[in-house]
Amino acid sequence: MLGVDNILVALSPFNVFLALVGVIAGTVIGSLPGLTATMAVAVLVPLTFTMEPSSALIMMGAIYTGAIYGGAYAAILLNTPGTPSAIATTFDGFPMAKRGDGDLAVTLACLASVVGGLVGAIFLLALSPPLAEVALAFGPVEYFWLAMFGLTLVSALSDGNLLKGLIGACLGLLLACVGIAEISADVRFTFGSQTLLGGVETVSALIGLYCVPVLIDLVATPDRHLKVTHQPRGFRLMEALAISWKSKFNLIRSSVIGTLVGILPGAGGSIAGLVAYSQARRASHRTEHFGTGEPEGIQATESANNATVGGGFIPTLVLGIPGTPPDAVILGALLIQGVQTGSNLFTSTDSIAFTFIVGLFLATLLMLPTGLVIGRYAYKTIITVPKAMLVPTVAFMTMIGTYAIRNNISDVIIMILLGVVGWVLNRFGFSPSPIVLGLILGRIAEQGFVQAWTIGDATDDLLGMFFGRPISLVILALIAFALFYPLMRKRIDIGRSKVDTD
Amino acid sequence: MRKLTTTVLTAVFGLAIMGQAQAFPDKPVSYVIPFGPGGESDITARHQQPFFKKLFGEDLVISYKPGGGGAVGWSQLNSMKGDGHNIMGINLPHIIIKPRQKDVGFKTDEITGIYMFHYTPDAIVVKNDSPLQSLQDFIDYAKANPKKLTLSGSGKGTANHLAQVRFDKMAGVNTTYVSFKGTGKAVVALLGDQVKAAWGYTSVGAKHADKVRLLAVATEERHPRFPNVPTFRELGYDLVSGAYRGIAVPKSTPENVRNQLSDMIGKINADPEFRKKMENDGMALLDVDYKGMGKFMSDMTKIYVDTAKEAAVLK
Repeated sequence: MLGVDNILVALSPFNVFLALVGVIAGTVIGSLPGLTATMAVAVLVPLTFTMEPSSALIMMGAIYTGAIYGGAYAAILLNTPGTPSAIATTFDGFPMAKRGDGDLAVTLACLASVVGGLVGAIFLLALSPPLAEVALAFGPVEYFWLAMFGLTLVSALSDGNLLKGLIGACLGLLLACVGIAEISADVRFTFGSQTLLGGVETVSALIGLYCVPVLIDLVATPDRHLKVTHQPRGFRLMEALAISWKSKFNLIRSSVIGTLVGILPGAGGSIAGLVAYSQARRASHRTEHFGTGEPEGIQATESANNATVGGGFIPTLVLGIPGTPPDAVILGALLIQGVQTGSNLFTSTDSIAFTFIVGLFLATLLMLPTGLVIGRYAYKTIITVPKAMLVPTVAFMTMIGTYAIRNNISDVIIMILLGVVGWVLNRFGFSPSPIVLGLILGRIAEQGFVQAWTIGDATDDLLGMFFGRPISLVILALIAFALFYPLMRKRIDIGRSKVDTD
Repeated sequence: MRKLTTTVLTAVFGLAIMGQAQAFPDKPVSYVIPFGPGGESDITARHQQPFFKKLFGEDLVISYKPGGGGAVGWSQLNSMKGDGHNIMGINLPHIIIKPRQKDVGFKTDEITGIYMFHYTPDAIVVKNDSPLQSLQDFIDYAKANPKKLTLSGSGKGTANHLAQVRFDKMAGVNTTYVSFKGTGKAVVALLGDQVKAAWGYTSVGAKHADKVRLLAVATEERHPRFPNVPTFRELGYDLVSGAYRGIAVPKSTPENVRNQLSDMIGKINADPEFRKKMENDGMALLDVDYKGMGKFMSDMTKIYVDTAKEAAVLK
């Protein structure tokens, strides 16, 4: 059980200092497209040799939390997800920034991230051992259906033009096939090129498809990047708090979705954000405003992606199976320290796990003041820096960021190519989100399908494998609901307007 | 970013000390892992890291170059500067199988291995509550239910997969291998009852000791961490295999530096504290130094290529 000792150790001045430094560093790293939480945490691993393990873990957790939140800045202010987790933040964040509400959007993201982080950490503290079973109940076929469910989001993301959305998603699915296939080891669609061997990295695709078109447009048009209102309005914290209070159910629902998706190894923050976004959109009375700068969209994504931090640690600490890529690094550091993972981590008081969880709470709370201040600064910088400086600086950072993902120049080439393709497609009314969705979900769907088929075939029960498992059936029902809900809603609306006119 | 700084520093210092090759290492050594962080290649490199610093006074700086199952890193190995301050992790059977499947940007004999320092032995893993109590149970079940015994494992054409193919042939059984992306996900499938057993590694048994049992391990002698688990050899199946890990240098690295590095890795391997840590994680230490690499590689190549052909991984 959680003891006073754990709290005292975690709150020693040195650890509080480390958490603060971690959150700030993480936020800054996360805000730079290409520099990911995984990378930031990996760089810190050698420190665990010289530091107290608990201190090092607290700092890693803080960096991780900060980086997931930091991804929101670039998403809101530059239409570029700083980390894959922030993809859905761009949908409403950038339109808000365009119309001059960037400061409000950043503050809302900060509040939502803190709520999400706290909810995830509460689940981690209270319910880890039972929730870890969720990770095990998800077999290959469930991942396949989850990916299919994710693909139904295309209809929500394609701004009224479903056909173009579907074409985009297919392009994304094709891109996902490029390179050496992860599970069958086949080499596909590389046309003999070494560059394509490693496949299309998600982060380089994100930077290319989202950021490069924005940069080209900035150069091609004389307008200012974001609309500026002249009187400074501070953090707009009161306004943001009021909006957050009004959508408290959205925040809680999204945080729970984030925690649950975080528990699934191989799903992660990007899927959590997208699923929470689509659920918020469906549940909202203002569905038609989503995608045009609706605060609820930002709140859903940002609370969900920070909830994956706590959620991801559940299988990491209980089963020794990392929930997310940064968890893999932290798990490695734990193993080197000789910490044995398992549910007994949650039953003994002297356990390092509790000190770490208290540290995670601390880091999440520290995110509120630091996030507001850094966010304010980031917003001011983006609106005051002249375009002639902004464009080359951002362009330079995207190159460095893309190179840093795998220390590989191929990723930079692919990023630039996709950027140009993305810009051309944008002109023809194709949005980048369905493409990215296809890219991320295509790999998950393929792996799940091949594995489920192999197992189903071996046991002579293909039908039962795909359609006979309880969790699969629940996801299938969700898919059916997602596909037919717009039709049902239209019916209801027509019915209603009839009643009105009668 | 770190790698970038190291590269810049390497270039600057490289020019400064060109021509005077004594006093090696005289600056941090860059150790590239061609996989992502958190995997076993990373963890074992992390085990080496503090001992390198302790024994030789310089930092061992680990960075990652993942992609294409290691191919992205290995295809760039020889373009790195060969002054001994750049080393890269190598894995078997990867560097043998991959270039024979397709042009992946490098050939097996273009990789200059200087030391193989351990292997993670293959093992058949079952859940604690599995009805399969021994390897004989496993074989009996597989014989009675052809194809129906499903096993998860990490990747195709990998140590796990090739061990499955070899063992099936030795025991005259027909099991179904289900490939997962990495050992972690293969273990999730086992623990979640998606498959009946797993072709995993001894390290899986060490990490999940409270939930799984090993039926047999592919070592020459019993592994010190699992004194009660028989080897395949004891039970009459000549299977000694696993994921072998070592270190390579760019081919421009001079002969004396290669020997020197080989001695250094050997010294780390000889450190009792290092051995204990590695064995506790389920690894088996191995000492193939620079001089022994040629024979080791040609022996392993023969075994792996033959098996991969049977597994239809190679044509």
